[in-house]
Amino acid sequence: MSRATVAPGTSAGHDTWTRALRERIERTVPPGQALPDRQPVYVASWIYVFGVATLAALFVVVVTGGLLALGGFEWWHVSSLGRFVNSLHLWSVEIFFAAMVIHLWGKFWMAAWRGGRALTWMTGVVAFLASIGTAFTGYLTQTNFDSQWISTQAKDGLNAVGIGAWFNVLNPGQMLLWHVVLLPFAVGLIAVLHIVLVRRHGVVPPIEADGED
Amino acid sequence: MATATPTRPTRSSRRSPARPRDAHSFPTRRYDLVKEFVIALVVVGLLTVGLAAAFSSPDEKPITFASWAQAAPEDVVATAAAELAGTSASATYGPPYNSAAEGQKLLGVPLQKWGGVRHPVNSADLVLGPLTASSSGDLRVKAALARWNGASDARRTAWAGAYADALAKAPNGDPAKVAPGDYGPVPTLTNGFLDVARTGGLEGQLTSSGTFYGGDPTRALLLLSDGAYIEDTARAQHLGGDQWGMMNETGAYPGQPWMWLYTFWYQVPPFSTSDNADAQVWGMMMLLTLGLVLLPFIPGLRSIPRWIPVHRLVWRQYYRDYPPGERH
Ligand code: HEM
Repeated sequence: MSRATVAPGTSAGHDTWTRALRERIERTVPPGQALPDRQPVYVASWIYVFGVATLAALFVVVVTGGLLALGGFEWWHVSSLGRFVNSLHLWSVEIFFAAMVIHLWGKFWMAAWRGGRALTWMTGVVAFLASIGTAFTGYLTQTNFDSQWISTQAKDGLNAVGIGAWFNVLNPGQMLLWHVVLLPFAVGLIAVLHIVLVRRHGVVPPIEADGED
Repeated sequence: MATATPTRPTRSSRRSPARPRDAHSFPTRRYDLVKEFVIALVVVGLLTVGLAAAFSSPDEKPITFASWAQAAPEDVVATAAAELAGTSASATYGPPYNSAAEGQKLLGVPLQKWGGVRHPVNSADLVLGPLTASSSGDLRVKAALARWNGASDARRTAWAGAYADALAKAPNGDPAKVAPGDYGPVPTLTNGFLDVARTGGLEGQLTSSGTFYGGDPTRALLLLSDGAYIEDTARAQHLGGDQWGMMNETGAYPGQPWMWLYTFWYQVPPFSTSDNADAQVWGMMMLLTLGLVLLPFIPGLRSIPRWIPVHRLVWRQYYRDYPPGERH
């Protein structure tokens, strides 16, 4: 793709898409800023652990969900191993949400959207919403009494605003695909975006130390 | 996860004095992100295994039509009568199942109607379909079906409506104790339907008749939720809509507590008494969600963290080590 006349390393403008992409990435998160081993002095609180804990829990959720998928979606009703894997998945989700909610409140009280970080906050909220949707569709695909009840209850809210016409909570096949493909993909993508933004901006300085007052 | 050996920034900051100070212009300390992540992963992993081993997970068996017929036969009969009379919840629902009603509106906007009838359900067919398919051996049911099919709409509604009312008045809704009246073929049909339910084949007839795989139980779930049995079962497990409903799990499990705000509105007026509650609660939640997304831009709300200084706790070490006069 690159022209042979240009020696490696010399600049010839953005004459390849590859080079343009590389420079775009380097501008977004400069090398060394992606995984630095030093942080500003004020990054010294337990609250910072919860963002990372949320990410770690998301990993566990995805891995246990993958294990649960191995046996198909009714496996866990008939196998004690399947039941245990289901329990792992359930509890990792509860931990994921607990960590995320603490993270959310932490960032609120730190007003962590200051200094051009509004998009970090907004991607965080979207990650939260997508996670709620993912958990909800998970409850709908349990194929047990709980999913019978939750789906027949939830349909009214979704139907009342017209969403139910396309997103049929009474159809566990459709819900399963949202639960295991579309929504996890969305959560993962937004989480990546969110963390790239965090690294790009650096950790927000303390209130009153940011020179804004 | 870090040792406190602060250093001054190596790079002299060339920012203009008017620009607020940001992360790169502060002294730094060692901080091992990867180690932090790996430790978090191990801790979350162990916690997950521990909780799963200790508490397992709930798995209440689904209600089947056979178990419904077994536990509450009078409710199956009453539900079948309501489907035939066109008075059940699904028969009067509106979009996306039928055009029997306009549906709910949000600030006068008929979103439910705009969604369209995309999952057409004829409630009478929920009863007549399975009966027709399985009545080949039962001459009485066959004759009743023929009589029903031959009657006018008005006649059918009158028969089924009268029978539904009579059932409601009978002691315990017992079909055997219904006062005599002109119910046409309806009692034979509803009783025949109870028999079909008892055989355990109803799920299959509602979800897979005509398609081999039958992966969509929408019709079966609508029929089930037209009855009172599923709600009674749920209420007994503190899962009713006015009991913080679907946020809870069967058994003593945490469920979906993050849905508390959505569920909350259903518990309080005007929503708890409104016919448009679903649309209103959704509208409210969309507004609040937008507020959460745009929080950094909303005057007042975005200043709360300054007024209620929880951040003093978060950054107490920094505020102690770098009192205002000594900040660079
Ligand atoms: C999938 C869910 C999420 C993951 C995996 C995640 C992960 C992270 C991580 C690892 C950090 C850096 C460490 C830290 O400051 O704690 C971070 C920062 C941040 N998160 Fe999240 N987060 C998620 C959801 C949210 C939510 C729901 C919000 C708020 C609505 C949010 C708002 C923020 C903000 C504003 C920052 C920047 C903090 C700063 O500059 O100091 N995040 N997130």
